[in-house]
Amino acid sequence: MTDPNIPVTEDELHAYIDGELPSERRSDVEAWLATHPDDSERVQSWRTMAEALHARYDAVANESVPPRLELERLQRPPRKWLYGAIAASFAAFLVGGASGWVAHGATSARPTLQAFTGDALEAHRLYVVEVRHPVEVPGDEKAHLQQWLTRRCGRTVHAPELQSTGLKLVGGRLLPGPSGPASFLMYESPSGERFTVYATKTTTEAMQMRYTSEGTTGALFWADRGVGYVVIGGSDRQRLTQVAQQVYDQTERSGG
Amino acid sequence: MSAFRQSVEAMIPALRRYARALARDGDAADDLVQDTLVRALRSERLFLGGDIRSWLYTILTNLNKNRRRSLARRPHFMPLQDDNADASGTEAEGRDIERALATLVEEQRAALLLVVLEGLSYREVADIQGVPIGTVMSRLARARAHVRAVLEGERPALRSVK
Repeated sequence: MTDPNIPVTEDELHAYIDGELPSERRSDVEAWLATHPDDSERVQSWRTMAEALHARYDAVANESVPPRLELERLQRPPRKWLYGAIAASFAAFLVGGASGWVAHGATSARPTLQAFTGDALEAHRLYVVEVRHPVEVPGDEKAHLQQWLTRRCGRTVHAPELQSTGLKLVGGRLLPGPSGPASFLMYESPSGERFTVYATKTTTEAMQMRYTSEGTTGALFWADRGVGYVVIGGSDRQRLTQVAQQVYDQTERSGG
Repeated sequence: MSAFRQSVEAMIPALRRYARALARDGDAADDLVQDTLVRALRSERLFLGGDIRSWLYTILTNLNKNRRRSLARRPHFMPLQDDNADASGTEAEGRDIERALATLVEEQRAALLLVVLEGLSYREVADIQGVPIGTVMSRLARARAHVRAVLEGERPALRSVK
Protein backbone atom coordinates (compact mmCIF):
# COMPACT_ATOMS: atom_id res chain seq x y z
CA MET A 1 0.00 0.00 0.00
CA THR A 2 1.17 3.50 -0.72
CA ASP A 3 0.15 6.80 0.72
CA PRO A 4 -1.08 9.39 -1.79
CA ASN A 5 0.25 12.09 0.50
CA ILE A 6 3.86 10.93 0.19
CA PRO A 7 5.54 13.28 -2.29
CA VAL A 8 6.44 11.71 -5.61
CA THR A 9 10.19 11.52 -6.19
CA GLU A 10 12.00 12.05 -9.46
CA ASP A 11 12.93 8.37 -9.50
CA GLU A 12 9.24 7.55 -9.34
CA LEU A 13 8.52 9.82 -12.27
CA HIS A 14 11.08 7.93 -14.37
CA ALA A 15 9.77 4.59 -13.15
CA TYR A 16 6.26 5.78 -13.99
CA ILE A 17 6.93 6.44 -17.66
CA ASP A 18 9.23 3.42 -17.99
CA GLY A 19 6.56 1.07 -16.68
CA GLU A 20 8.65 0.18 -13.64
CA LEU A 21 6.39 1.68 -11.00
CA PRO A 22 4.37 -0.67 -8.77
CA SER A 23 0.81 -0.51 -10.10
CA GLU A 24 -0.64 0.58 -6.74
CA ARG A 25 1.44 3.76 -6.89
CA ARG A 26 0.47 4.77 -10.43
CA SER A 27 -2.70 6.61 -9.49
CA ASP A 28 -0.81 8.55 -6.81
CA VAL A 29 1.68 9.70 -9.42
CA GLU A 30 -1.09 10.64 -11.83
CA ALA A 31 -2.80 12.66 -9.12
CA TRP A 32 0.51 14.32 -8.30
CA LEU A 33 1.12 15.25 -11.95
CA ALA A 34 -2.34 16.81 -12.19
CA THR A 35 -1.38 19.28 -9.46
CA HIS A 36 2.32 19.79 -10.25
CA PRO A 37 2.69 21.41 -13.66
CA ASP A 38 6.52 21.44 -13.55
CA ASP A 39 6.72 17.70 -13.08
CA SER A 40 3.97 17.17 -15.55
CA GLU A 41 5.86 19.17 -18.14
CA ARG A 42 9.02 17.23 -17.40
CA VAL A 43 7.29 13.89 -17.87
CA GLN A 44 5.77 15.16 -21.08
CA SER A 45 9.22 16.20 -22.35
CA TRP A 46 10.51 12.67 -21.65
CA ARG A 47 7.61 11.23 -23.63
CA THR A 48 8.42 13.54 -26.52
CA MET A 49 12.06 12.47 -26.26
CA ALA A 50 11.09 8.80 -26.47
CA GLU A 51 8.94 9.53 -29.51
CA ALA A 52 11.79 11.40 -31.16
CA LEU A 53 14.16 8.49 -30.53
CA HIS A 54 11.75 6.00 -32.03
CA ALA A 55 10.98 8.30 -34.95
CA ARG A 56 14.69 8.63 -35.68
CA TYR A 57 15.88 5.04 -35.14
CA ASP A 58 13.02 2.57 -35.57
CA ALA A 59 13.45 2.79 -39.31
CA VAL A 60 16.90 1.21 -38.92
CA ALA A 61 15.29 -1.90 -37.46
CA ASN A 62 12.97 -2.08 -40.46
CA GLU A 63 15.72 -1.88 -43.07
CA SER A 64 16.68 -5.14 -44.69
CA VAL A 65 19.74 -6.62 -43.03
CA PRO A 66 22.88 -5.90 -45.08
CA PRO A 67 24.56 -9.01 -46.50
CA ARG A 68 27.66 -8.58 -44.37
CA LEU A 69 25.55 -9.23 -41.28
CA GLU A 70 24.06 -12.49 -42.52
CA LEU A 71 24.98 -15.24 -40.11
CA GLU A 72 26.05 -17.60 -42.90
CA ARG A 73 28.74 -15.17 -43.94
CA LEU A 74 30.04 -14.71 -40.46
CA GLN A 75 30.92 -18.36 -39.98
CA ARG A 76 34.57 -18.94 -39.28
CA PRO A 77 36.45 -22.05 -38.29
CA PRO A 78 36.02 -21.72 -34.54
CA ARG A 79 39.49 -22.91 -33.45
CA LYS A 80 41.22 -19.97 -35.07
CA TRP A 81 39.18 -17.55 -33.02
CA LEU A 82 39.29 -19.49 -29.88
CA TYR A 83 40.74 -16.98 -27.53
CA GLY A 84 38.22 -14.28 -28.39
CA ALA A 85 35.37 -16.73 -28.14
CA ILE A 86 36.38 -17.88 -24.70
CA ALA A 87 37.00 -14.36 -23.51
CA ALA A 88 33.58 -13.29 -24.71
CA SER A 89 31.76 -16.22 -23.20
CA PHE A 90 33.59 -15.96 -19.92
CA ALA A 91 32.73 -12.29 -19.80
CA ALA A 92 29.12 -13.18 -20.49
CA PHE A 93 29.27 -15.77 -17.73
CA LEU A 94 30.38 -13.17 -15.22
CA VAL A 95 27.89 -10.57 -16.27
CA GLY A 96 25.16 -13.12 -16.68
CA GLY A 97 25.23 -14.40 -13.14
CA ALA A 98 22.54 -12.12 -11.90
CA SER A 99 20.08 -12.61 -14.72
CA GLY A 100 20.24 -16.35 -14.59
CA TRP A 101 21.81 -17.78 -17.70
CA VAL A 102 23.95 -20.06 -15.61
CA ALA A 103 22.63 -23.54 -15.03
CA HIS A 104 22.69 -23.73 -11.27
CA GLY A 105 22.92 -27.25 -10.01
CA ALA A 106 23.51 -28.34 -13.59
CA THR A 107 20.15 -30.03 -13.68
CA SER A 108 20.01 -29.87 -17.44
CA ALA A 109 23.41 -31.48 -17.96
CA ARG A 110 23.55 -34.97 -19.37
CA PRO A 111 23.66 -37.76 -16.77
CA THR A 112 27.28 -38.76 -17.49
CA LEU A 113 28.44 -35.20 -17.01
CA GLN A 114 26.51 -34.95 -13.79
CA ALA A 115 28.17 -38.15 -12.67
CA PHE A 116 31.70 -37.03 -13.30
CA THR A 117 31.09 -33.53 -11.98
CA GLY A 118 29.83 -35.14 -8.79
CA ASP A 119 32.93 -37.34 -8.66
CA ALA A 120 35.14 -34.31 -9.25
CA LEU A 121 33.47 -32.32 -6.48
CA GLU A 122 33.83 -35.22 -4.12
CA ALA A 123 37.51 -35.64 -4.93
CA HIS A 124 38.02 -31.91 -4.56
CA ARG A 125 36.44 -31.85 -1.11
CA LEU A 126 38.35 -34.95 -0.06
CA TYR A 127 41.80 -33.82 -1.13
CA VAL A 128 41.95 -30.01 -0.86
CA VAL A 129 41.86 -30.29 2.93
CA GLU A 130 44.70 -32.82 2.87
CA VAL A 131 47.87 -31.23 4.18
CA ARG A 132 50.49 -33.98 3.98
CA HIS A 133 49.28 -36.16 1.10
CA PRO A 134 47.11 -34.08 -1.21
CA VAL A 135 48.60 -35.73 -4.32
CA GLU A 136 50.30 -38.92 -5.41
CA VAL A 137 52.90 -37.32 -7.66
CA PRO A 138 54.20 -33.86 -6.68
CA GLY A 139 54.24 -30.91 -9.08
CA ASP A 140 58.03 -30.71 -9.22
CA GLU A 141 57.92 -34.02 -11.10
CA LYS A 142 55.60 -32.55 -13.71
CA ALA A 143 57.05 -34.43 -16.70
CA HIS A 144 56.71 -37.75 -14.92
CA LEU A 145 53.22 -36.86 -13.70
CA GLN A 146 52.04 -36.04 -17.23
CA GLN A 147 53.56 -39.22 -18.67
CA TRP A 148 52.04 -41.40 -16.00
CA LEU A 149 48.56 -39.87 -16.26
CA THR A 150 48.70 -39.97 -20.07
CA ARG A 151 49.53 -43.68 -20.01
CA ARG A 152 46.93 -44.57 -17.40
CA CYS A 153 44.11 -42.39 -18.80
CA GLY A 154 44.74 -43.37 -22.41
CA ARG A 155 44.77 -39.78 -23.66
CA THR A 156 47.22 -36.90 -23.57
CA VAL A 157 47.19 -35.34 -20.12
CA HIS A 158 48.80 -31.95 -19.96
CA ALA A 159 49.04 -30.05 -16.66
CA PRO A 160 48.14 -26.44 -17.54
CA GLU A 161 50.51 -23.68 -16.49
CA LEU A 162 48.52 -21.42 -14.18
CA GLN A 163 51.30 -19.13 -12.96
CA SER A 164 49.59 -16.13 -14.55
CA THR A 165 46.71 -16.60 -12.13
CA GLY A 166 49.10 -17.00 -9.18
CA LEU A 167 48.65 -20.76 -8.94
CA LYS A 168 51.38 -23.35 -8.70
CA LEU A 169 50.98 -27.04 -9.48
CA VAL A 170 50.86 -29.05 -6.27
CA GLY A 171 50.70 -32.32 -8.15
CA GLY A 172 48.25 -34.92 -9.39
CA ARG A 173 46.39 -38.16 -8.78
CA LEU A 174 44.74 -40.89 -10.73
CA LEU A 175 41.09 -41.43 -9.81
CA PRO A 176 38.36 -43.79 -10.92
CA GLY A 177 35.83 -42.03 -13.15
CA PRO A 178 32.36 -43.03 -14.36
CA SER A 179 33.76 -44.28 -17.67
CA GLY A 180 37.43 -45.00 -17.06
CA PRO A 181 40.31 -43.40 -15.18
CA ALA A 182 40.32 -39.66 -14.47
CA SER A 183 43.23 -37.27 -14.02
CA PHE A 184 43.10 -34.99 -11.02
CA LEU A 185 45.45 -32.01 -10.74
CA MET A 186 45.77 -29.69 -7.79
CA TYR A 187 46.98 -26.09 -7.79
CA GLU A 188 47.69 -23.76 -4.94
CA SER A 189 48.25 -20.03 -4.47
CA PRO A 190 50.80 -18.56 -2.02
CA SER A 191 47.88 -17.84 0.32
CA GLY A 192 46.86 -21.50 0.35
CA GLU A 193 43.80 -21.20 -1.90
CA ARG A 194 43.40 -24.48 -3.82
CA PHE A 195 41.93 -25.28 -7.23
CA THR A 196 41.57 -28.69 -8.84
CA VAL A 197 41.27 -29.69 -12.48
CA TYR A 198 39.53 -33.00 -13.10
CA ALA A 199 39.38 -34.58 -16.54
CA THR A 200 38.09 -37.86 -17.89
CA LYS A 201 36.97 -39.41 -21.14
CA THR A 202 33.34 -38.86 -21.97
CA THR A 203 31.08 -39.63 -24.88
CA THR A 204 29.34 -36.27 -24.61
CA GLU A 205 30.67 -33.89 -27.23
CA ALA A 206 30.77 -30.11 -27.55
CA MET A 207 28.73 -29.30 -24.52
CA GLN A 208 28.15 -25.73 -23.46
CA MET A 209 30.12 -24.60 -20.47
CA ARG A 210 28.19 -24.89 -17.23
CA TYR A 211 28.47 -23.75 -13.67
CA THR A 212 27.46 -25.45 -10.50
CA SER A 213 28.07 -24.65 -6.86
CA GLU A 214 27.75 -26.35 -3.53
CA GLY A 215 28.30 -24.30 -0.40
CA THR A 216 31.58 -22.47 -0.76
CA THR A 217 32.73 -24.61 -3.69
CA GLY A 218 32.15 -23.57 -7.29
CA ALA A 219 32.77 -25.63 -10.42
CA LEU A 220 32.86 -24.85 -14.13
CA PHE A 221 32.61 -27.83 -16.45
CA TRP A 222 32.54 -28.56 -20.13
CA ALA A 223 33.26 -31.36 -22.59
CA ASP A 224 35.36 -31.12 -25.69
CA ARG A 225 36.63 -33.69 -28.17
CA GLY A 226 35.82 -36.67 -26.01
CA VAL A 227 37.15 -35.26 -22.75
CA GLY A 228 35.12 -33.77 -19.93
CA TYR A 229 36.77 -31.12 -17.77
CA VAL A 230 35.80 -29.80 -14.34
CA VAL A 231 37.62 -26.84 -12.79
CA ILE A 232 36.81 -26.45 -9.11
CA GLY A 233 37.61 -23.66 -6.69
CA GLY A 234 35.99 -21.34 -4.20
CA SER A 235 32.76 -19.40 -4.48
CA ASP A 236 34.48 -16.37 -6.10
CA ARG A 237 33.13 -16.67 -9.62
CA GLN A 238 35.46 -14.12 -11.10
CA ARG A 239 38.45 -15.99 -9.79
CA LEU A 240 37.10 -19.35 -10.90
CA THR A 241 36.42 -17.99 -14.37
CA GLN A 242 39.94 -16.63 -14.63
CA VAL A 243 41.42 -20.02 -13.76
CA ALA A 244 39.01 -21.99 -15.97
CA GLN A 245 39.78 -19.66 -18.86
CA GLN A 246 43.47 -20.52 -18.59
CA VAL A 247 42.73 -24.23 -18.40
CA TYR A 248 40.39 -24.10 -21.36
CA ASP A 249 42.80 -22.10 -23.44
CA GLN A 250 45.72 -24.42 -22.78
CA THR A 251 43.89 -27.71 -23.14
CA GLU A 252 42.48 -26.48 -26.45
CA ARG A 253 45.95 -25.65 -27.71
CA SER A 254 47.69 -28.76 -26.50
CA GLY A 255 44.81 -31.08 -27.27
CA GLY A 256 45.21 -32.56 -23.83
CA MET B 1 19.55 -23.65 -38.20
CA SER B 2 19.88 -24.13 -34.45
CA ALA B 3 17.50 -22.47 -32.00
CA PHE B 4 20.47 -20.45 -30.77
CA ARG B 5 21.14 -19.06 -34.23
CA GLN B 6 17.51 -18.34 -34.86
CA SER B 7 17.37 -16.31 -31.66
CA VAL B 8 20.52 -14.43 -32.63
CA GLU B 9 19.25 -13.76 -36.14
CA ALA B 10 15.93 -12.46 -34.86
CA MET B 11 17.82 -9.89 -32.83
CA ILE B 12 19.82 -8.37 -35.70
CA PRO B 13 17.34 -5.56 -36.56
CA ALA B 14 17.10 -4.41 -32.93
CA LEU B 15 20.87 -4.63 -32.50
CA ARG B 16 21.33 -2.46 -35.58
CA ARG B 17 18.91 0.13 -34.22
CA TYR B 18 20.66 0.23 -30.87
CA ALA B 19 24.12 0.36 -32.46
CA ARG B 20 23.10 3.18 -34.83
CA ALA B 21 21.87 5.30 -31.97
CA LEU B 22 24.87 4.41 -29.84
CA ALA B 23 27.59 4.91 -32.42
CA ARG B 24 25.92 7.54 -34.60
CA ASP B 25 27.81 6.65 -37.77
CA GLY B 26 26.04 3.97 -39.82
CA ASP B 27 29.14 2.05 -40.88
CA ALA B 28 30.65 2.03 -37.43
CA ALA B 29 27.29 0.84 -36.10
CA ASP B 30 27.13 -2.10 -38.49
CA ASP B 31 30.76 -2.91 -37.65
CA LEU B 32 29.71 -3.15 -34.03
CA VAL B 33 26.80 -5.42 -34.89
CA GLN B 34 29.07 -7.57 -37.05
CA ASP B 35 31.62 -7.97 -34.25
CA THR B 36 28.82 -8.76 -31.82
CA LEU B 37 27.45 -11.48 -34.08
CA VAL B 38 30.87 -12.99 -34.76
CA ARG B 39 31.50 -13.22 -31.04
CA ALA B 40 28.09 -14.65 -30.37
CA LEU B 41 28.56 -17.36 -33.01
CA ARG B 42 32.01 -18.23 -31.72
CA SER B 43 30.57 -18.63 -28.26
CA GLU B 44 27.59 -20.70 -29.35
CA ARG B 45 28.86 -23.90 -27.80
CA LEU B 46 29.82 -22.07 -24.65
CA PHE B 47 26.60 -20.16 -24.27
CA LEU B 48 25.35 -20.87 -20.81
CA GLY B 49 21.66 -20.81 -21.58
CA GLY B 50 19.30 -18.01 -20.63
CA ASP B 51 18.49 -14.65 -22.11
CA ILE B 52 20.19 -14.33 -25.48
CA ARG B 53 18.76 -10.84 -25.97
CA SER B 54 20.43 -9.36 -22.87
CA TRP B 55 23.59 -11.26 -23.66
CA LEU B 56 23.83 -9.75 -27.15
CA TYR B 57 23.19 -6.23 -25.84
CA THR B 58 25.92 -6.85 -23.27
CA ILE B 59 28.47 -7.84 -25.90
CA LEU B 60 27.58 -4.87 -28.10
CA THR B 61 27.71 -2.41 -25.22
CA ASN B 62 31.13 -3.70 -24.16
CA LEU B 63 32.49 -3.67 -27.69
CA ASN B 64 31.40 -0.08 -28.09
CA LYS B 65 33.18 0.85 -24.89
CA ASN B 66 36.40 -0.69 -26.24
CA ARG B 67 35.92 0.93 -29.61
CA ARG B 68 35.53 4.35 -28.04
CA ARG B 69 38.63 3.79 -25.99
CA SER B 70 40.68 3.06 -29.09
CA LEU B 71 39.03 5.91 -31.02
CA ALA B 72 40.04 8.29 -28.25
CA ARG B 73 43.68 7.57 -29.04
CA ARG B 74 43.28 8.50 -32.69
CA PRO B 75 42.35 11.75 -34.40
CA HIS B 76 38.62 11.93 -34.81
CA PHE B 77 36.97 12.39 -38.19
CA MET B 78 33.41 13.50 -38.24
CA PRO B 79 31.33 12.81 -41.32
CA LEU B 80 30.58 16.10 -43.08
CA GLN B 81 27.11 15.05 -43.94
CA ASP B 82 24.76 12.61 -42.39
CA ASP B 83 23.89 10.36 -45.30
CA ASN B 84 21.42 8.19 -43.48
CA ALA B 85 18.44 10.33 -42.80
CA ASP B 86 15.81 7.71 -42.20
CA ALA B 87 12.38 7.80 -43.70
CA SER B 88 10.20 8.38 -40.67
CA GLY B 89 10.18 11.50 -38.52
CA THR B 90 11.20 14.86 -39.81
CA GLU B 91 14.84 15.19 -40.69
CA ALA B 92 15.45 18.19 -38.47
CA GLU B 93 14.00 16.52 -35.41
CA GLY B 94 16.06 13.43 -36.11
CA ARG B 95 19.21 15.53 -36.31
CA ASP B 96 18.38 17.29 -33.06
CA ILE B 97 17.96 14.09 -31.13
CA GLU B 98 21.14 12.70 -32.71
CA ARG B 99 23.10 15.74 -31.70
CA ALA B 100 21.71 15.63 -28.19
CA LEU B 101 22.64 11.95 -27.87
CA ALA B 102 26.15 12.68 -29.06
CA THR B 103 26.71 15.07 -26.16
CA LEU B 104 25.97 12.39 -23.56
CA VAL B 105 28.68 10.40 -21.85
CA GLU B 106 28.83 6.82 -23.00
CA GLU B 107 27.22 5.11 -19.99
CA GLN B 108 24.32 7.53 -19.88
CA ARG B 109 23.65 7.20 -23.60
CA ALA B 110 23.67 3.40 -23.37
CA ALA B 111 21.32 3.42 -20.36
CA LEU B 112 18.90 5.83 -22.05
CA LEU B 113 18.85 3.86 -25.29
CA LEU B 114 18.48 0.46 -23.66
CA VAL B 115 15.51 1.61 -21.60
CA VAL B 116 13.74 4.01 -23.95
CA LEU B 117 14.58 2.68 -27.40
CA GLU B 118 15.07 -1.02 -26.74
CA GLY B 119 12.49 -1.31 -23.96
CA LEU B 120 14.65 -3.23 -21.49
CA SER B 121 13.87 -3.24 -17.78
CA TYR B 122 16.05 -1.43 -15.25
CA ARG B 123 17.11 -4.85 -13.94
CA GLU B 124 18.25 -6.00 -17.38
CA VAL B 125 20.16 -2.78 -18.01
CA ALA B 126 21.84 -3.09 -14.62
CA ASP B 127 23.06 -6.57 -15.61
CA ILE B 128 24.18 -5.38 -19.04
CA GLN B 129 26.14 -2.46 -17.63
CA GLY B 130 27.33 -4.42 -14.60
CA VAL B 131 26.13 -1.82 -12.10
CA PRO B 132 23.40 -1.64 -9.42
CA ILE B 133 19.88 -0.59 -10.45
CA GLY B 134 20.29 2.70 -8.60
CA THR B 135 23.19 3.58 -10.88
CA VAL B 136 21.09 2.82 -13.95
CA MET B 137 18.36 5.10 -12.64
CA SER B 138 20.74 7.96 -11.99
CA ARG B 139 22.31 7.54 -15.44
CA LEU B 140 18.87 7.60 -16.97
CA ALA B 141 17.83 10.68 -15.00
CA ARG B 142 20.98 12.56 -15.96
CA ALA B 143 20.67 11.53 -19.58
CA ARG B 144 17.09 12.73 -19.77
CA ALA B 145 17.86 16.01 -18.07
CA HIS B 146 20.84 16.59 -20.35
CA VAL B 147 19.05 15.71 -23.59
CA ARG B 148 16.13 17.90 -22.61
CA ALA B 149 18.45 20.83 -21.90
CA VAL B 150 20.25 20.36 -25.21
CA LEU B 151 17.03 20.06 -27.17
CA GLU B 152 15.49 23.11 -25.56
CA GLY B 153 18.61 25.23 -25.54
CA GLU B 154 20.09 24.33 -28.85
CA ARG B 155 17.20 24.55 -31.19
CA PRO B 156 16.81 28.33 -31.31
CA ALA B 157 20.58 28.81 -31.41
CA LEU B 158 20.89 26.49 -34.37
CA ARG B 159 18.20 28.28 -36.29
CA SER B 160 19.45 31.76 -35.78
CA VAL B 161 23.23 31.47 -35.55
CA LYS B 162 24.58 28.34 -37.23
